Amino acid sequence: MKTTEEIYKILKEKYPESTGDLITGQPVEEFISIAPLKISEICLFLRDNEELLFDNLMNLSGVDDANGENKKDETGANTIEGGTLGVFYHLESTKLRHKLTIKAAAPRENPEVASVAEIWYCANWHEREAFDLYGINFLNHPDLRRILMPYDWDAGYPLRKDYKNPEFYQGMKVPY
Amino acid sequence: MGLLDKQFSDDNIIITKVDDLLNWARLSSLWQVGFGLACCAIEMMATSASHYDFDRFGVIPRPSPRQSDVIIISGTVTLKMAIRVKRLYEQMPDPKYVISMGSCSNCGGPYWEHGYHVLKGVDRVIPVDVYVPGCPPRPEALLEGLMKLQDKIRHETLVKKSA
Amino acid sequence: MLDFESEKEMITEENNIDYKSGNIKTEEMVLNMGPQHPSTHGVLRLELELDGEIILNVIPHIGYLHRCFEKHCEAMTYPQVIPYTDRMDYLASMYNEFGYAVAVERLCSIEIPERVEYIRVIMGEFQRIASHLVALGTYGADIGAVTPFLFCFRDREKILSLFEMTCGARLLYNYIWIGGVSHDLHPDFIRLAKEFVTYFKPKIKELNDLLTNNKIFIQRTANVGVMPLETAINYGFTGPNLRASGLKWDLRRDDPYSIYNKFDFDIPIGDGRMGTVGDSWDRYYVRVLEMEQSLKILEQALNQIPEGDVTSAVPKRVKPPVGQIYSRVENPRGELGYFIMSNGTVNPYRIKVRGPSFVNLSALGELCRGHMIADVIAILGSIDIVLGDVDR
Repeated sequence: MKTTEEIYKILKEKYPESTGDLITGQPVEEFISIAPLKISEICLFLRDNEELLFDNLMNLSGVDDANGENKKDETGANTIEGGTLGVFYHLESTKLRHKLTIKAAAPRENPEVASVAEIWYCANWHEREAFDLYGINFLNHPDLRRILMPYDWDAGYPLRKDYKNPEFYQGMKVPY
Repeated sequence: MGLLDKQFSDDNIIITKVDDLLNWARLSSLWQVGFGLACCAIEMMATSASHYDFDRFGVIPRPSPRQSDVIIISGTVTLKMAIRVKRLYEQMPDPKYVISMGSCSNCGGPYWEHGYHVLKGVDRVIPVDVYVPGCPPRPEALLEGLMKLQDKIRHETLVKKSA
Repeated sequence: MLDFESEKEMITEENNIDYKSGNIKTEEMVLNMGPQHPSTHGVLRLELELDGEIILNVIPHIGYLHRCFEKHCEAMTYPQVIPYTDRMDYLASMYNEFGYAVAVERLCSIEIPERVEYIRVIMGEFQRIASHLVALGTYGADIGAVTPFLFCFRDREKILSLFEMTCGARLLYNYIWIGGVSHDLHPDFIRLAKEFVTYFKPKIKELNDLLTNNKIFIQRTANVGVMPLETAINYGFTGPNLRASGLKWDLRRDDPYSIYNKFDFDIPIGDGRMGTVGDSWDRYYVRVLEMEQSLKILEQALNQIPEGDVTSAVPKRVKPPVGQIYSRVENPRGELGYFIMSNGTVNPYRIKVRGPSFVNLSALGELCRGHMIADVIAILGSIDIVLGDVDR
């Protein structure tokens, strides 16, 4: 069983440029931030290394960091420009009984993160959901399309903080 | 006295109006489409199970909409599903009836405020006859809704109302 | 695009089907099992690519019940989210609330009284039995056996009347609050619960005689949809599905929450006695054995429950510190995880729910390859999904 600091040391030795900081000090979880385009390489290492053996991806979730600046667009509605969209990965090892949280943050205008769907198969649908609700593009994903919203939904990405509801969808009124 | 008065010694004969006969036949055997969307579907299944029996009212679940009279919309109707609900409704032959069960299909339910993918009430796509409120409605409430529908059918008529 | 000829050979060898293609030209067909279907347990659309009766690929289409739970959470306060968590996995509502309450209490470091812990465990285990009864009853109904469905629902009504006595609702409760529960137990509850436990033990034997050891049932489900262990872990299988593939992994033991470490219970795993380890019969039988283990936990909990005040630790305002947590519990369907991010205000910043059915369903394509259309129903029923959890 390893703690997060020990895993952070191992990662920092092997991949010094791609590994970011270890964020500690806030309850309850500590997480390591990693460069978004190198995630798949690092995750393959995390899965196959004998000391780490992370064979189970528990959760993959997109997050809107909303750390850009708030601006008003032409209709007077609030939009956010700049900042990042993040993806959190929660990993676990069933054999060695330790857990890890990592985060990849991509710029809001063109969010691209390397896909881990070939490493853990359960990431396939989780990444499709993050694409559907946040618009994060996963590179090398076998089948990236919308999963929960209708396939022809063109009104944006619903879980972003500056999302606006459309008035009509195929003849049906959307607001109450 | 008329030609047919007191000519029959058997008492196996009932005299009635065609309207009443047809309405009685329709309301005693309403076959429903087996269509459950969400949590209300579990209460509908519990209503058809043995504790609160649906079969004693003549209601049998049929798998296909082309063989049924009534569709019970039980559960939240999302925008993706609403198009298919409309299609199912159009596939049912006349006379057909709709019972909207639960708050989600009445008016959007608890998701009315921020639901970007929820249709606020199934009556935006198909015409509804009876609304059963509740979240989820008890099986007794659904049975009362069914009885109200039966009442409605009892007062129907074949004659087209003029003006 | 598939390499059609080699795929045909592979299917023939695996299933011992004497397939003489001769000079007949064949084509693939796409069949749609639409959102309205008597056996899909809700609104799920399956697209089957077929070669005659044999399946080449299954593509599930979901999203027909997407009710925007995560967007609602960002607008509500922490206690107001609880009725929405009920409605996600509507067959195991108590457990959804339990998981959410555990997650928020870990984030805020709230200590709860012991009586509350016992009440939560009792409600959770009753809910597990009720949920497994629905799963087994509908599984029998899908395969073609209608009688176990009625028997299971009859027993479930008794559990629902116990719940109704406590909190007034049959299906969606809003009972387990952050820091406690909403009402204390009715004075008659413990006596009636103990009577239920004694009443239910022979009913499991009845169910076994009807369905589990039935020759037709075994022929329909053994060796169908086999999931080997390494693939299962990679696909994220959890819960009874993972235990049926042979791994003793139960979050009540391996990542303990609440007071489960005080109780003594076994963890049943699948051993392939009717076919291969990890087939549909194993997934079904693990659920039957789990019901017995739940009864064991219930007996211990009902005997040991202490007195106390159940609402003393409920905070007036829930305002967690800035931070995040991923916390998980063992739902009847698998691992239910809540990832909560807080920014110090009374509204959550982000709540992501890792639904067990969402992850279990993604393996359907892998499980169905090479089987026939009728087996798809058997496999889908054995995975036991609830669409509210898949789509949230």
